Amino acid sequence: MSDLTLARPGLDVVAPANLGAIIETMPLRGMVSLRGDLTDAGFAAALDAATGCSVPDTRRTSENGDTRVLWMSPDELMIFCAYDKTNDVVAAFMEKAGDAHVLAVNASDARAVFLVSGEKADCVLAKGAPVDIAAMEVGEVRRTRIATVAVGLAKTADDAYEVFCFRSYGAYMWNWLTVAAGVESLLDL
Amino acid sequence: MTRLPEGGLLIDRSAPVSFTFDGKTYQGLMGDTLASALFANGVKLVNRSYKYHRPRGVVTSGPEEPNALVNLGTGDRHEPNIRMTQIELFDGLTAQSQNRYPSLAFDVGVLNAAASKLYPAGFYYKTFIHPRHAWKYVFEPVIRRIAGLGRAPTEADPDTYEHFYAFCDVLVAGGGAAGLLAARRAGEAGEKVMLVEQTERLGGRLLVDDDAEIEGKSAREWVAEQVAALEAMENVTIRLRTCVSAAYDHGYTMLYERRADHAQNPDGPRHRLWRVRTKRIIGATGMIERPIPFYGNDVPGVMLASAVRDYVKLWGVSPGKRTVIYTTNDDGYRTAITLYEAGKTVAAILDSRADPAGLLVERAREAGIRIMPSTGIGKVEGGKGGVLAIKPVPLDKGDVAPLGQSIVCDCVAMAGGWSPVVHLYSHSGGKVRWDADRAMYVPDTDNPPRDGQGEAFVEMVGGASGALTMDAVLEGLPVTVASEQPAMPVWSTPSEGKVAMGGKHFLDYQNDVTVADIRLAAREGFESVEHAKRYTTLGMATDQGKLSNINGHAILADALGKAMPEVGTTTFRPPYTPISMGVIAGQERGSLFKPVRHTAMHDWHTGQGAEFEPVGDWYRPYRYQQGGEGRNASITREIKRVRDSVGLLDASTLGKIIVRGPDAGKFLDLMYTNMMSTLKPGKCRYGLMLNDNGFLMDDGVVARLDDATFLCHTTSGGADRVHAWMEEWLQTEWFDIKVFTANITEQYTQIAVAGPNARKLLEKLDGDIDLSADALPFMGFAEGTLAGCPVRVFRISFSGELSFEVATPTSYGLSFWETLMRIGEDLDVGPYGTEALHVLRAEKGFIVVGDETDGTVTPHDVGMSWAVSKKKEDFIGKRAMQRADLTREGRKQLVGLLTEDPKLVLPDGAHALSADGKRTIGHVTSTYMSPTLGRSIAMALIEGGASKMGQTMTIGIDRKTNAKAVVSSPVFYDKEGARQNV
Amino acid sequence: MLLITCPSCGVEAEETEFAPGGEAHIVRADVASSDDDFSTYLFDRKNPRGVHFERWRHAFGCGKWFHMARHTHTLEIFGTYGARETAPPQDILDRIVERTEA
Ligand SMILES: [Zn+2]
Repeated sequence: MSDLTLARPGLDVVAPANLGAIIETMPLRGMVSLRGDLTDAGFAAALDAATGCSVPDTRRTSENGDTRVLWMSPDELMIFCAYDKTNDVVAAFMEKAGDAHVLAVNASDARAVFLVSGEKADCVLAKGAPVDIAAMEVGEVRRTRIATVAVGLAKTADDAYEVFCFRSYGAYMWNWLTVAAGVESLLDL
Repeated sequence: MTRLPEGGLLIDRSAPVSFTFDGKTYQGLMGDTLASALFANGVKLVNRSYKYHRPRGVVTSGPEEPNALVNLGTGDRHEPNIRMTQIELFDGLTAQSQNRYPSLAFDVGVLNAAASKLYPAGFYYKTFIHPRHAWKYVFEPVIRRIAGLGRAPTEADPDTYEHFYAFCDVLVAGGGAAGLLAARRAGEAGEKVMLVEQTERLGGRLLVDDDAEIEGKSAREWVAEQVAALEAMENVTIRLRTCVSAAYDHGYTMLYERRADHAQNPDGPRHRLWRVRTKRIIGATGMIERPIPFYGNDVPGVMLASAVRDYVKLWGVSPGKRTVIYTTNDDGYRTAITLYEAGKTVAAILDSRADPAGLLVERAREAGIRIMPSTGIGKVEGGKGGVLAIKPVPLDKGDVAPLGQSIVCDCVAMAGGWSPVVHLYSHSGGKVRWDADRAMYVPDTDNPPRDGQGEAFVEMVGGASGALTMDAVLEGLPVTVASEQPAMPVWSTPSEGKVAMGGKHFLDYQNDVTVADIRLAAREGFESVEHAKRYTTLGMATDQGKLSNINGHAILADALGKAMPEVGTTTFRPPYTPISMGVIAGQERGSLFKPVRHTAMHDWHTGQGAEFEPVGDWYRPYRYQQGGEGRNASITREIKRVRDSVGLLDASTLGKIIVRGPDAGKFLDLMYTNMMSTLKPGKCRYGLMLNDNGFLMDDGVVARLDDATFLCHTTSGGADRVHAWMEEWLQTEWFDIKVFTANITEQYTQIAVAGPNARKLLEKLDGDIDLSADALPFMGFAEGTLAGCPVRVFRISFSGELSFEVATPTSYGLSFWETLMRIGEDLDVGPYGTEALHVLRAEKGFIVVGDETDGTVTPHDVGMSWAVSKKKEDFIGKRAMQRADLTREGRKQLVGLLTEDPKLVLPDGAHALSADGKRTIGHVTSTYMSPTLGRSIAMALIEGGASKMGQTMTIGIDRKTNAKAVVSSPVFYDKEGARQNV
Repeated sequence: MLLITCPSCGVEAEETEFAPGGEAHIVRADVASSDDDFSTYLFDRKNPRGVHFERWRHAFGCGKWFHMARHTHTLEIFGTYGARETAPPQDILDRIVERTEA
């Protein structure tokens, strides 16, 4: 009944030839928006109970197997986990957190995620994000904008970046990224 | 053909290239510019001037060119005002001269020149002020026909463009001697360096003026060695054909890369805009040679001396067979020597100085070239065919001096001295100062551009700092070069009696500004450079006065009897040279111009004939067209379906914000006018949100999910604003309030199921939710599963009908929607768009924030005092609503309007008139034809409206027509609310 | 275009990632305030040609508000500090004195 593949609506372009970078849409993944006092031991314990991950450093990621935790702001984290485990993660976190003042909410359907990879992946993003992309480190998370759309960038490997934005912007972002990767200009960057 | 038998560093004599200029086909060579190729074909007349339509030729060899602008390309690749001197030739290039009618050789605008005494400075301001309407209908069309530059393109540009963000420690602007040295030093120090050069070659003047010996090597060897060293450094990036267009605050710079304007690189984006953040800028932008004002200095063939030798040495072409050089310094002699060595005749060197001496002068003398000291050019003879001769004039005999014997020549080379290119220094706040000894504006190192820490971040080096000779440019390196004697600048040359005052000594070629214009401006009281510039248009053309500004300032200073620094200098503003419109947009054009937001059902809507309307970035279905029906037919059909059976609205765009914490109720009591803390879990309440001024800013339904958690709905497009508003108060004012928020708008697809059959439809779905009125009453909500989808069902209504808003995770949204459509077929279910929604809510008198409100409207003004809690101690807007203006009598109040003619739909925004018809006392905020009532309805904000019930108002329709309408309650339909509460 | 360091996430980013929020350290006039006091709170702003304490939000980044001391003419930034500070910290005041009297 449910449609678990991310829609790529209205695409009038196909993924461009690989001129140094490949753009892919990522399948739905579980996401939990977490807010609380990140320095609190109880918060860390609840996060550990729910994910097995530690509280990441500022603008960094922690991980445990397929589960990752991204630092979003001084009082906000984002959990990436298996889509069908999301409610369990929320429940486990809330149970361990007890009466603590925290917020955990399933946000698995709210965002689109793209993977930009390849030797010139950083150049694709540098066409729209006012960020020194090439200077990012693996495991680093950077919230910024591409064109005028708010995005999160997570560097997952030497030549790979995840780009996530609100889902309604997904078609626009796909088109934007494929145009940036599709022009032959990557060859001279 | 004037191509020299040998020489030409940049051209490939084995690679001929064919191109077209003004419809005629010519041959050039790979490596030529359009300018050098036209010289090689003997073409001297390339343009007509802007105001007087005088024949003009190429003056320079670079981006400072004022005359040789062309329309480049044809059809959708047509582009106006491109400098020939920067166009690298390619096979098939097509260009057309500008500003001539009907042709370059025969131009009717020349009449302007004949009547030029009628066109002094300020002519346009003085003449065309009255009568005003004549400007639009007579003067402007005529002037546009004969004046103006290139034609604007008429077709969409097929090329692509892009932006690119880059970061570095040092940005070196300019790849000449000073730039190469600066880049090498920074690179060796391990800094991240970007070296950019506006032409396609590195080396700058060293490629032409190769008489210097640097570090024991020839100039060209030294350049090659620097380039090789830089290319080997990983921390150094070199980009050619890239100009530093602008230097802004805190090291933000814009580079304009002409990436595919030449034959070698036709694929990919045409231009690229680099947005570089650099810690430091080293401006190695060199110098531009100055022309000399004299009578007839705009005849084709009169050129900068440095440009003449550039054409000889770089492109193997001599602009003249017989050249006269008019110089104020030793450097002009380099041109003489170059021409002599290329086998061309130098008819004479006219030198402003009484006693020219030095190595370069001696070399010219040894070559047998006639040198005339203390002499200038009194007059140039010639016309559209070019220079025919000059007449010399003594410079030491006063303003009106007898002219000497004609000297026959076909080219005049002006060496008026050099101006440092200080633009980048000026762009971001640095000051320049007048250096009287060297007669130039130089960067004032006491007042540099400063970065965010207050530190100087732009340093000008080499020529751009005022260094006139190669040993000064490469300070610190062993350089052997001819020493030069001081220059003697000439700001205006005497000419023969009658024409002395009126004759045209051009300063600004592109805008046709003369010495006489500046003197007139001074006489008329324009004493500041900034005023004189605007009055005469000096330096205001596309070349921004690169050649003309300094001469113009000197003339003004002279006319006013002041020193140069006293008349001030102008501020240089970006871009350094014009950049394309396409590169400003980058790749964000067409479908990428502006982000659009789609809901999960977007493609479904499209498939059902939806016409969309933008709401913020969202695209929402406005109506669904069936067959060939018109707009009104669609909207009426959709409204009737909701009133009679059941319709579906994609309400996913409504904002959804989770507010959670022990103080959540207390916080929402402050955010909303209503009391939210008393809301019971499982219940909903409609809330109003005010700003600090007491005016409505948003509204929506708040649901209490549990004791600590609320879900706040906002208007479509209001989610980000309201979320930011909540966070602002939590972060900056009430940080003791224990609340966290999360914007989960996009987590859910939300579908309004509205109409008398709404319950019947939902009850057909498999599920575990009791939808009966008892179990799920109006303003209640329930959670569970419907049709296999996890859902939250809210009993809320914006249509006045029995209505359920169902929220399901976005990934389920489309399938849930399609299930409703399929299962509801026997109930004639169908979608309705935002226009039907607006009519439905207007029939019920429900406001829309942004329609009934405009940032000056309180809840009391729109009859919603019931939503303003009187019990709460404080909420945002409470104190403001007590201010005198918000409590006074006679404020505009929301009313309904029923026109006397029920078929007349009032125009949106129509004004309501006072009884005497003299004053506007309100306006229409929403107006529709109501299919339910079979007549038009409108809502309006009218002064004292609540006390005018039943009165007939006059509403202005247009200038001539008024309509009558009766003031009523804004609730037109089902006043008791019986239909939604079943 | 300014280059701003967000004190919440430590990122140094260009101005387009941020949203300005006007003058800092304005005390909200409460519900019992006089008309004059409330009007001052709503409308009176300094708008100096010189040092200005102002509010910014890292809108495209971590979303947090913070304070910034900036010279409105030279655009020099003397420092950024947390949104909860009710007055500029001493080290920023010292730097302003040092920089503006130099
Ligand atoms: Zn931040």
